[in-house]
Amino acid sequence: MDVNPVQYEELELLLSDLYQRYGYDFSEYSKASIQRRVQRLFTLDKFPSFAEFRYRLQNDSMYFRRFVEEITVNVTEMLRDPSFYRTLRTTILPVLATYPFIRIWHAGCSTGEEVYSMAILLKEAGLLHKSLLYGTDINPLVIEKARKGIFPVSQMQKYSENYIQAGGVRDFSSYYTANYHLAKFDSALTGKMIFSTHNLVSDFSFNEFQLILCRNVLIYFERDLQSKVFKLFDYSLENFGYLALGSKESLRFSPIADRYRQVGREKIWRKVHEAV
Amino acid sequence: MKPYELLVIGGSAGSLQVILSLLATTGDNFPIPVLVVLHRNGLFESSLEELLSVRTGLTIKEVEEKEVLKPGIVYLCPADYHVLLEQDHSFSLDYSERVHFSRPSIDVTFRSASDVLGPGLIGLVLSGGNADGADGLAYIQARGGLTVVQDPLTAEVPYMPQQAISRMEPDYIIPAEELSIFIRGLVQR
Repeated sequence: MDVNPVQYEELELLLSDLYQRYGYDFSEYSKASIQRRVQRLFTLDKFPSFAEFRYRLQNDSMYFRRFVEEITVNVTEMLRDPSFYRTLRTTILPVLATYPFIRIWHAGCSTGEEVYSMAILLKEAGLLHKSLLYGTDINPLVIEKARKGIFPVSQMQKYSENYIQAGGVRDFSSYYTANYHLAKFDSALTGKMIFSTHNLVSDFSFNEFQLILCRNVLIYFERDLQSKVFKLFDYSLENFGYLALGSKESLRFSPIADRYRQVGREKIWRKVHEAV
Repeated sequence: MKPYELLVIGGSAGSLQVILSLLATTGDNFPIPVLVVLHRNGLFESSLEELLSVRTGLTIKEVEEKEVLKPGIVYLCPADYHVLLEQDHSFSLDYSERVHFSRPSIDVTFRSASDVLGPGLIGLVLSGGNADGADGLAYIQARGGLTVVQDPLTAEVPYMPQQAISRMEPDYIIPAEELSIFIRGLVQR
């Protein structure tokens, strides 16, 4: 058993290389998580030594692409935490309905399952025609998948259960066409989505939104980086807009906390004052 | 010898009663923090924290991200997240792939805590129908930590402790009813 994992000093060296060579800054990611992912890749690709792993990353940009794909976590599902989506449906969407045009940002959207979930909710609320959903992620590969809107058919039963628990009353299967083991979602949904790569660490705000969702992304960041990203969201959110986080994430310790109010029991906050 | 700094308990099917009696009799002045990684399969989603705290009288707390380990507290992994330990003894949550069909996974937490604490870690594997924990326990041992397995003969579902025993040679194999006295003896100052 290999009990000499990639050491923290080595990890810092590696991350510093990647920043200098490719401009991707992972230095403020939570160390235990990134160490585990790097270790996993190192073992998976059977490098004989750390030095060789480091050399390959410095000199092979295609391998760096693989690195980004593998160390970022891309686990997601449709309508995860149904009670969260129920609250969106009953409490948030009726407010968004009063706007002439709705802009929503899914930050760190991975393969897009949450964006499609939101589009379904908007469609059922009669709001999709005046909405635009922006899905962004650091990883270009997942963005390509999100654009296609094709997900494994094997997941559909679980998603259909989530849909019903989230207050859905239609037939969930009416939103996709199944073909062998794949389910392709309705192009009427995809037509309202814009997918793009965006790095929360280094990229700026690109629009103003009424709702920003960033769920289970901030858990991978250290506190200072979390604060920086919260400021980016605050800057990108209209006054009285909403910010939604993952079920174990909170705005509580952030520098913007005093200008936001939590909506009910879900991890949704409303911006109640602009920054002064 | 360096004193132990953390006890991580890994349990699956059939382990809840063992955990309850273990915690109830170790007492509230237990000198080191305890982290419980329990496979929950949605059965006691929200009530587990309350159940444990009512039945044991201890301070039971679901892990929050960035929270720093404190003695006297029994931490519980939240449903559907892996729990990792950082160098500064704070927790990180992780929503990556399941390991052994489990999230939280015992292996993930065992390895991460062992990376940080080495010989300061005690790993305990209890009853369960899953191979989770065996690999992580071997890792803890290889890095100088102490490894304890519930005697499979006293386990409601013996598969998990058996897997651990077949994968490595635990330092101790202890019957369920003796676990609390044994664990207390390890950390008594």
